[in-house]
Amino acid sequence: MTGYAVQITGLRKNFGTHTALDGVDLAIPAGQVFGLLGPNGAGKTTTVRVLTTLLRADAGQVLVAGADVATDPQQVRRNIGLSGQYAAVDDRLTGFENLYLVARLYGMTRRRSTAVARDLLDRFRLTDAADRQAAGYSGGMRRRLDLAGALVAAPPVVVLDEPTTGLDPQSRLDVWEVVGELVGGGTTVLLTTQYLEEADQLADRIAVLNHGRVIAEGSSDELKQQAGGERLELVLGQLRDLPAVLQLLEGLGELIVDERARRITVPVSDGQRALAAVLDLLNANRIRLLDAGLRRPTLDEVFLGLTTPVAEKVSA
Amino acid sequence: MNAVSAIAQHSGAIAWRNLVGLRRTPGAIFASVLQPIMFVFLLGYVFGGSLGGEAYREFIMAGIFAQTVTFNAAFTTIGFANDLQKGIVDRFRSLPMSRVGVILGRTSSDLVTSMISLLVTSLCGLAMGWRIRSSVLDAVAGYLLILLFAFAMSWVGAYIGLVSRSVEVAQSLGLIWLFPATFISSGFVSVVAMPEPLATIAEWNPITALAGAARILFGNPAVPGLPQPDGWPAQHAVGYSLLCSLVIIAIFMTLSVARYRKATAR
Ligand SMILES: Nc1ncnc2c1ncn2[C@@H]1O[C@H](COP(=O)(O)OP(=O)(O)OP(=O)(O)O)[C@@H](O)[C@H]1O
Ligand SMILES: [Mg+2]
Repeated sequence: MTGYAVQITGLRKNFGTHTALDGVDLAIPAGQVFGLLGPNGAGKTTTVRVLTTLLRADAGQVLVAGADVATDPQQVRRNIGLSGQYAAVDDRLTGFENLYLVARLYGMTRRRSTAVARDLLDRFRLTDAADRQAAGYSGGMRRRLDLAGALVAAPPVVVLDEPTTGLDPQSRLDVWEVVGELVGGGTTVLLTTQYLEEADQLADRIAVLNHGRVIAEGSSDELKQQAGGERLELVLGQLRDLPAVLQLLEGLGELIVDERARRITVPVSDGQRALAAVLDLLNANRIRLLDAGLRRPTLDEVFLGLTTPVAEKVSA
Repeated sequence: MNAVSAIAQHSGAIAWRNLVGLRRTPGAIFASVLQPIMFVFLLGYVFGGSLGGEAYREFIMAGIFAQTVTFNAAFTTIGFANDLQKGIVDRFRSLPMSRVGVILGRTSSDLVTSMISLLVTSLCGLAMGWRIRSSVLDAVAGYLLILLFAFAMSWVGAYIGLVSRSVEVAQSLGLIWLFPATFISSGFVSVVAMPEPLATIAEWNPITALAGAARILFGNPAVPGLPQPDGWPAQHAVGYSLLCSLVIIAIFMTLSVARYRKATAR
């Protein structure tokens, strides 16, 4: 046993002349939540599709619970549950029938299929809607039903492609709760997301994907560390003060200016002291501020810093 | 579970799902009922008047049976394209289930659609004066032969659905081949009167074979004014039709299953 639920090495995939995956390496530890982050078109869904046997890679190896997706896809399918980017719910069937169908396709008996479907509907708070056609479900209900479909056979590896996109806050919390329960029960969860907050909250480890490559990997703390420490942030009352302020702050560090927001950001080492000094200086020069404060980098900044071309060299 | 019972369970579950869906969207059944009614009365009375009246109307019923079940292949095509587009096929493909199960489930449930169409066609035919003039056994054999052909056409439809990149493409691809396939046949006219090479194509067309076989098994005579060919396919209409259906099923089952592995939504 390697301790990894999923191992991806040198994964490549082209669509015609377009390179969707350009040598992806990932090792996903068993029993953890692994977050795959990336902007639109980064290759998240392509990675998910290869690892759930829906798409054949051009090169590289993918092992899921020890089975190779290329040579033993059927074994891989026994070990994974997939909830794709777009909910694969049959509108004409009721919620119950959708899950019952999946259970039957797993080869379960009628009695067991019924029990499993009812149990999942309960877990996802769909019991009241169980016997209504899915066509009448809200977006959140459909998503939850699709998610439930991925768990029918209680697979050791669950893959969720943007599980909370388009959900309202309550539904999102519901999904988070389920992910928490799954991991509590020893399941490995791979989720892709565009919500950095979500990766921050849920994922033990995060990989940032861009243009088909992993450009950073680590825990969310490690990634934040990479983006640098504390920053001092000032928002000016009036834009015309900007030149003067820039002159006053000269030598403090590398100033990042956002003119539209009238915001100046500067990385600092001793934040508290720097803040006091800067405020004294600005007060003495009668510069009005709208806002001033110290900030730790958010995962958003890490993400943007990593995925915008300038900062692309900051790789893991 | 052994492979055969697994396939039976998978295709049974898929067929159940399709039929539940069909029952809840009566609009979809509407087409399969209206279509044969249109065929029977349009062909029977629009062409019938100039081509032999009563006798012609009896003659074309076998052709209409063949045409009706062939057109039902479009339901399979569109059903598949829909499932692909909605990502439902992706869900199935991510499950550890037999590959043939999903397609067999669809072609089986579409057989039910064909049965409904056949029933309606028969009732319209009876209203128009068509009669079964053979034994009960022959009549049953006739219907079974038509259903077998319906099943074969459904596999063709499944393959077309799987290669179509979208529902829109499936809708046009799924319909376009039906017209030459059904009209270059002895379904409604005399094959002998066609110019070459159409005459030869029509003579060997599986739809000609089915129409001929159905005429024999239902005891419907040919119309004196529409001479029919008497080559090998015509002389062995029943056997040739059976053979055609089996060969078509074998070919398109193989093609569809191979295609299913690669089929993707998007
Ligand atoms: N079937 C396909 N044919 C052609 N190009 C494709 C196909 N699937 C994906 N691509 C391309 O590959 C790249 C990666 O796509 P992918 O869907 O993996 O991105 P993603 O990270 O999931 O994006 P999103 O956040 O928008 O879902 C994109 O440029 C996309 O256009
Ligand atoms: Mg995606």
